[in-house]
Amino acid sequence: MTDTRDTRPVPPDSPAVDARPAPAAGRSRDVAVARLRDLALIPAIVAIGVVGYVVSPVFLTHQNLVNVLQQQSEIALVVLAEALILIAGKFDLSLESTVGIAPGLAAWLVLPPGVAHGLGLVPGAWSVPIVLGTGAVIGAFNGLLIVRFGLNAFIVTLGMLITLRGLLTGISGGKTFFNLPASFRYLGTATWLDLPASIWICLLAYAAGIAVLALLRPGRALYAIGGNTDAARAAGIRTGRVLWLTLALAGMLAALAGLLLSGRLASVASAQGNGWIFTVFAAAVIGGVSLNGGRGTLFGAFTGILLLYLIQNVLTLGGVPAQWIDALNGGIILVALVLARVTTGKAQE
Amino acid sequence: MTRAGGPPVAEATGLYKRFGATVALHDVGIRVEPGEVHGLVGRNGAGKSTVVAVLSGLSTPDAGQLRFAGAPAPPLADRVAWRQLVSCVYQRPTIIPSLTVAENLFLNRQSADALRPIRWRALRQEAAGLLASWELAVDVRRPAGELTVEQRQVVEIARALSLGARFIILDEPTARLDAAGIGRLFDRVRALRQRGVTFLFISHHLAEVFDLCDSVTVLRDARQVRTGPVAGLSRDRLVAAMTGTEPTARDDRRPTAPPIAEPVLSVAGRGVTGACWDVSFELRPGELLGLAGAAGSGVFALAESIVGLRRPAGGSVAVAGRPLRPADVPAALAAGIGFVPQDRHREGFVPGLSVAENATMTVPHQLGRHGFLSPRRRARLGRRAIDRLGVVTAGPAQPVADLSGGNQQKVVLARAVADRPRVLVLMAPTAGVDVRSKDALMATAVDAARAGAGVLVVTDDLEDLRYCHRVLVLFRGRQVAELAGSWPDTELVAAMEGVQQTP
Repeated sequence: MTDTRDTRPVPPDSPAVDARPAPAAGRSRDVAVARLRDLALIPAIVAIGVVGYVVSPVFLTHQNLVNVLQQQSEIALVVLAEALILIAGKFDLSLESTVGIAPGLAAWLVLPPGVAHGLGLVPGAWSVPIVLGTGAVIGAFNGLLIVRFGLNAFIVTLGMLITLRGLLTGISGGKTFFNLPASFRYLGTATWLDLPASIWICLLAYAAGIAVLALLRPGRALYAIGGNTDAARAAGIRTGRVLWLTLALAGMLAALAGLLLSGRLASVASAQGNGWIFTVFAAAVIGGVSLNGGRGTLFGAFTGILLLYLIQNVLTLGGVPAQWIDALNGGIILVALVLARVTTGKAQE
Repeated sequence: MTRAGGPPVAEATGLYKRFGATVALHDVGIRVEPGEVHGLVGRNGAGKSTVVAVLSGLSTPDAGQLRFAGAPAPPLADRVAWRQLVSCVYQRPTIIPSLTVAENLFLNRQSADALRPIRWRALRQEAAGLLASWELAVDVRRPAGELTVEQRQVVEIARALSLGARFIILDEPTARLDAAGIGRLFDRVRALRQRGVTFLFISHHLAEVFDLCDSVTVLRDARQVRTGPVAGLSRDRLVAAMTGTEPTARDDRRPTAPPIAEPVLSVAGRGVTGACWDVSFELRPGELLGLAGAAGSGVFALAESIVGLRRPAGGSVAVAGRPLRPADVPAALAAGIGFVPQDRHREGFVPGLSVAENATMTVPHQLGRHGFLSPRRRARLGRRAIDRLGVVTAGPAQPVADLSGGNQQKVVLARAVADRPRVLVLMAPTAGVDVRSKDALMATAVDAARAGAGVLVVTDDLEDLRYCHRVLVLFRGRQVAELAGSWPDTELVAAMEGVQQTP
């Protein structure tokens, strides 16, 4: 599977949603429902599995499922990064361009001049640290503008998105970087215990994130800041520092996603990551992460992106012409949001 | 009054504070003895919030001394030390709505160490134990966002106690509570006082000070004008201290009886799902009719259904004999209903817009034709509203967000009366408003009635109801009493609390 611009949203079906519990009246049941919300997309994923099996026997094969998981592993890392920021009550649109610029910059610095149109300034072994470092620096710079100068996160990261996209076009001359060094390609191509390394990395990142958000004070601080920043500050949480670190970590996760993608495709296209952010937001919101901050879980966000990719896979296997998939994906996102609104009885946040 | 003895829990002397040209505190002192409930009163702008900010370590005075239990106050940056000395329950919630009560109680100390996993079950047990030990009842597993204002205050008080603070500042805690909730809050405060907790209680309502406080400090124009025990203090003396004027006899503020005329508003068999059933009444021009009820009585739902903010379940409303389309605010406005909504922050005004823009929002047709607005005419109408209601503002162009609560409410009322309504519906018009503004607001309502409007005053504030010719009382959604002429407050309260026999 070597399409550079996969990704696309897609969500549940009515049977799945019917399987959810009806909004409960009692207090204790409310608590239970709040917990079940995390699992809200599981029935949808099961349902899409059934539909997929009916549509094509290929769907449930090991190879196909591994392919889907691998294809979504990179963007899932960006969803993870975005979910962290959304829970803390902020925004980052520039993550998608970090996916391109971080590996792009590394490739530009390590590749020899000439055919590979790089600078050849540093040895290839430096590629991975440069990629991750670039992501962290971009996130930290966003943090400087948002946290320190109090600028609006939406506009700051929109400006950053455009700037970084332009930078990548500038350094690459609009061309694709090939012949990446081995260390650059390793994570995107390696196989650990019979599964692509990128799947392991993605799952481990989510497992770590879920644990931190559920069990550690810094994780809970994200919810507190997103829910009520003043109250969080009054409780002694260093809100600025937490936000700053979150933005830097998110930048690094986006860079890691870029590294995996470049490794898998053995190249850095100048449009790498283009348009991802829409899918990322859709997945996070379908997965129950609030755009107003303070609500949502990483598990939910993961089911969101997984569902979108499974539906896309089923559509492809079902022979839906590629020209129509975008429209269907968009429609499915809208349907998913309406169903979520109807079944939870709460206004979309 | 000093029960526990020992040095004062908090003692400030000679506080001075300026913000630019504004003097916020001028030689103010306050001395809170252990185990007392100390009232702090003063009109808006008298310096109460500055005293609170200084006492809770959010701001330093320009000059003056602050001591807690005899020891000098810790440096401002040492939040941990401050939180163990004093804690403030603000009007604005300081809880995280999406987190559970248990987590809110132990926010940022859910585990001993930032990198040690949180043990949720133990945390919940500890939270439940904490609440139980202070005899406070809230389910710790519920998200804090679902709590009522009252429960939220309980959680904030419990959090303060768990941090070790035994001195708690309550900043206008009753502003958003109903009569029953206020009663329960007072019981709780008294019970905690019994156990050695000291309170500084800030309120607009003098009756509450007499009810609850052992001693009181009065601020006026940034100065401390009076400190002393509440016992033996008369209401008029306290009002005089607050306003700086001699008490005037104004026992009967009720205007003369309205003329007999065709009703301007007729409500018949009105019901609102889950709020009230089968309410009928008529309002005549020039009449002030009180619609009284505690929380859960359905009075606000009823009023909102009349002005179109809420969809009714049944019944009809007619203005001057013509039936009104339900749940249609523009139709209600067009029919001649003006109203002040219950929650002024949410439905009352647009904070970023100017006084003039807010005050004229309901009357674009007075500002120009064909959808064009004349800024000059708007400023003129705005200035007229400022003069008529005595809004304390820099001018019609000042954003409403910068005004004090009482003045914001005046702007909302100005908007309601801008189009000379035939029916004026005022929902909790004086909630969270200081004494002087209260009088100005109700005087405007009386003026509107004199000019021929029917005025419906929806409230549980006994003082506001004193202006009314008649009062209709709802209890749990049903009409239980109608009082006319003059009535003893006890009878009115009994009806609102549902402890009387229906006459």
